[in-house]
Amino acid sequence: MYKKRFDGRKFDEMRPIEMEVGILEQADGSARFQIGKTIAIAGVYGPKEMHPRRLRKPDRAVLKCKYNMLSFSVTDRKRMGPGRRDKEIGLVMNFALGKSIMLDDFPKMGVEVHTEIIQADSGTRCASICAASLALAHAGVPMRDIVSSVAVGEVGGSVVIDLTKKEEDHPDGATDIPIAYLPKDDELTLLQLDGKIKPANLSKAIALGIEGCKRISDLQKKALRKKYSSS
Amino acid sequence: MIKLVDNAQVEFILGLAATKKRLDNRKNFEGFRETQIEYDVSMNAEGSARVKLGKTDVTAGIKIGIGEPFADRPDEGVIIVNVELPPIASPNFEAGPPREPTIELARVVDRGIRESGAIDLKKLCIKEGEKVWIVYIDIYALNHSGNLFDASSFAAVAALSKTFFPKVDKDYNVQYGEKSKKKLTIKRLPISCTFAKIAGKIFIDPSLKEEEVMSGRLTVTCSEDMVHAMQKGLQDGFSASEVDKCVADAMKVSKELRKLFK
Repeated sequence: MYKKRFDGRKFDEMRPIEMEVGILEQADGSARFQIGKTIAIAGVYGPKEMHPRRLRKPDRAVLKCKYNMLSFSVTDRKRMGPGRRDKEIGLVMNFALGKSIMLDDFPKMGVEVHTEIIQADSGTRCASICAASLALAHAGVPMRDIVSSVAVGEVGGSVVIDLTKKEEDHPDGATDIPIAYLPKDDELTLLQLDGKIKPANLSKAIALGIEGCKRISDLQKKALRKKYSSS
Repeated sequence: MIKLVDNAQVEFILGLAATKKRLDNRKNFEGFRETQIEYDVSMNAEGSARVKLGKTDVTAGIKIGIGEPFADRPDEGVIIVNVELPPIASPNFEAGPPREPTIELARVVDRGIRESGAIDLKKLCIKEGEKVWIVYIDIYALNHSGNLFDASSFAAVAALSKTFFPKVDKDYNVQYGEKSKKKLTIKRLPISCTFAKIAGKIFIDPSLKEEEVMSGRLTVTCSEDMVHAMQKGLQDGFSASEVDKCVADAMKVSKELRKLFK
């Protein structure tokens, strides 16, 4: 049984979170999101003309999401270029963010989201989603709400929020459940799981994750306001 | 125009649902279509199976080789899941390297098998850090009539459950074409259950016409008492209570489905 967390946090306590909106000059919108030692940056282009043309949709804009880890962001050097994992995460980011954006308002257009992991200590897809949602808002893309994301799970029998790499590799096994939450609809727009967990603990973990996402959502709104209050 | 057709299809599906009926006329409104598993469908494979889920038709084959383990797991064998959706299965499929949705499908099937511990990877180790068994799980759709996620997972698990290692010589060179009597042990059967969300309503094991208008998808893979893998797909969301309901339904329905495996 996992009684005390490796870094001394409480089971329902996330790592320290920092974020900044508007960190890149060329992208229409950009943001940096850091949770513990995990750092993600996101850049957004659009809504703009959709390329290639054959992928245009007559009734809505198409969202494209790319997830990439810098080769040196992990302990072993990651091969450059998109692997299967990167492609799947790009796709689930699209699923996580799509509902928050008013894609119907921009037929035939495209919105591009690019995220890069600068430094990884688990929770990278969640950090990417948080950064991407901030960057979309910064780009002025019409949105219904901000999307927040965090991983929950079970480590050595205990339900915890925001797992570190060391916790994911716990000798007694760990279950990792990245989620994203859209407060406006009270719905999960990202939900993945791998490991082994009883349904009762799964419910507990998801409830814990939604609470965490609500806290992140407040911080995201604060970061956006800060960007515009100072200028 | 697209929307008009879609809306008509959604209305029709919801109208049927109000009378506890599904478009494909399946026996159980809240169950899977008729599911058939056929074993040993390709003799040169170490194991193979064909699954029919309604009219969806998927064949999986296992090939086993020997190779080096991953550096961070020197005492574990390797399993690799690949999915191909060739044009034979649907006019909407194109030949060529797998795109994101195909990669997603393969990775969700992979996670169900891997995380459930169906295969003991430590038992696939021949010599630590040097030689391990590599199990290739290759899945081909032959007819796409909805719910390729579950059909692929069933086919993969069924093929694995009837897999024998190939013969090797004293230097561990694989003698393909000659099977040994050593069977691959399957410790538990992970069962995948996929749900489609259509206009706020949730349907298990969607058929093609239902998939065409679904806005959200949720796959739950479980063993007898545990959930091992989940994947939410498409841009719609699921509330926490909807997730609970899907997990409970998956636990229940998978008990029946597990009986189909010999």
